[in-house]
Amino acid sequence: MSLDTISAEAPAYNFAYLDEQTKRMIRRAILKGIAIPGYQVPFASREMPMPYGWGTGGMQVTAAIIGPDDILKVIDQGSDDTTNAVAIRNFFKRTAGVAMTFRTADASIIQTRHRIPEEKLRSDQVLVFQVPIPEPLRFLEPRETETRKMHALSEYGLMHVKLYEDIAHHGHIATTYAYPVMVENRYVMDPSPIPKFDNPKLDNTPALQLFGAGREKRIYALPPYTRVKSLDFEDHPFSVQDWPDTQCAMCGATGVYFDEVILNDLGERMFVCSDSDYCEHRQEAGHFGAEHASYKERMK
Amino acid sequence: MNASEPLVRVEGLTHYYGNHLGCRDVGFELYESEVLAVVGESGSGKTTLLNCLSTQIVPTSGKVMYRFRDGHVENLFDMSEAEQRVLLRTDWGFVMQNPRDGLRMGVSAGANVGERLMSVGNRHYGNIRKTALDWLERVEIDPTRIDDSPRTFSGGMQQRLQIARNLVTSPRLVFMDEPTGGLDVSVQARLLDLIRRIVADLGLSIVIVTHDLAVARLLSDRIIVMKNGKIIEQGLTDQVLDDPHQPYTQLLVSSILQVGA
Ligand SMILES: Nc1ncnc2c1ncn2[C@@H]1O[C@H](COP(=O)(O)OP(=O)(O)OP(=O)(O)O)[C@@H](O)[C@H]1O
Ligand SMILES: [Mg+2]
Ligand SMILES: [Zn+2]
Repeated sequence: MSLDTISAEAPAYNFAYLDEQTKRMIRRAILKGIAIPGYQVPFASREMPMPYGWGTGGMQVTAAIIGPDDILKVIDQGSDDTTNAVAIRNFFKRTAGVAMTFRTADASIIQTRHRIPEEKLRSDQVLVFQVPIPEPLRFLEPRETETRKMHALSEYGLMHVKLYEDIAHHGHIATTYAYPVMVENRYVMDPSPIPKFDNPKLDNTPALQLFGAGREKRIYALPPYTRVKSLDFEDHPFSVQDWPDTQCAMCGATGVYFDEVILNDLGERMFVCSDSDYCEHRQEAGHFGAEHASYKERMK
Repeated sequence: MNASEPLVRVEGLTHYYGNHLGCRDVGFELYESEVLAVVGESGSGKTTLLNCLSTQIVPTSGKVMYRFRDGHVENLFDMSEAEQRVLLRTDWGFVMQNPRDGLRMGVSAGANVGERLMSVGNRHYGNIRKTALDWLERVEIDPTRIDDSPRTFSGGMQQRLQIARNLVTSPRLVFMDEPTGGLDVSVQARLLDLIRRIVADLGLSIVIVTHDLAVARLLSDRIIVMKNGKIIEQGLTDQVLDDPHQPYTQLLVSSILQVGA
């Protein structure tokens, strides 16, 4: 089925596309995931009218939990208007007809790829991650039977082998995305390809965090206020990316995750908030960075 | 904590692969700091026995009583898989014939040696690296190769790396399945020499499978001769090799050159 057919006048599809039985099956997987934080629950992933790699896992999770009163926000790399985010938003607009927002604070469900919003999430919000590869042990141990056993027995020496290799070859832990975490001292989990900058936001968060991997047919979860620790060595402690002395060119924010924007052929560049809603919200509240028109106006 | 008690006592160990006999009614004792060689022709059940001893396969029947560091003795097959796996990466080592099966070829030599340390909870990079460097030297690998992939190592170096990787957590018991199998003679000799030295230094107990009586002669205190899945002769290595009782053993001994005798 394509998006065109499902947008036909009289909808032949169910609310949020999936049939109720499938939703129940996914909810059971979600509940199990919540009961065992960080554990990858297998589920019967369904075909979605989008190719894998477009967040079909996250979409199925969202479809299973969304209700008519929900307000949905969809972000991709911190932005609400990339192709991927727009496509997913359109999908739920058509199939569920729910309200959409760009505002983090207004959303009850936020589906995301590659970022966690800068704004602190609340206990009445759910964050749904799109996950390409849920198995953090895969790169060193391709055998699924073996990785399952390792999770079951909490045998995680291999994760540190990877970090060891990083330090041996780069002098520091070079992993910057999908940085592995230990959940409640029990399961090692891949937080999806968010920058490690966002890892601390996973920890002790009031919001429910759900992870869906469509192609790999796995769901996992972090219930509210779960302890999440990024793996490291005593003598090479975990640290996040930082941009010393950098302010957002548009809103003047510091201590956020920045995107670098090339301005011209001369290689001039500026840094702006990767979280576009956060940035706009700050500007509306009267915070301006060096490249903002109002700031330039003021400086004249 | 009685050191005169055997470290391992094997009783009636039998394994069938379906209907096919792997090994039958094997019994022996292994003491601390003792090297036991298991010899016999191809298909006689040597690898089957080794895999049963190391809990990699569950035998059809029989027991392997193991004396733990705290002195208590338990049948390995009464333990949970989790406990067995802990033993395998702490108290034991397993050196495979093909180093590619026993090493992680995708990571550096240092990571190969350090893996067991990390798996038992070592979280200090500097210490792990120092220990890895130390072990590379002990197995005669140039420490400057620590960050190189084992793919760039010769067969002999890979085998020595595999040994270092297994010994880094100071195991008490190491299983070796034809560790010198694929190597040419001069490389073999160097490896055997190294194994002999390390075993003596650390007071390790070893069960080594080989079809090479010269290897058995050089390394082992005692020897088990297997045929058709059964032990047909066992005793002190020198006695068995100098004065074999079974016609089959006599045949084996007479058919090899007396290397290192
Ligand atoms: N996985 C298996 N499935 C079925 N039969 C097996 C299996 N592994 C071994 N066997 C059989 O069990 C018997 C003992 O085999 P084993 O591998 O233990 O012998 P071995 O002494 O180690 O021989 P080699 O010197 O060739 O390594 C042989 O008859 C063999 O064919
Ligand atoms: Mg064999
Ligand atoms: Zn900004």
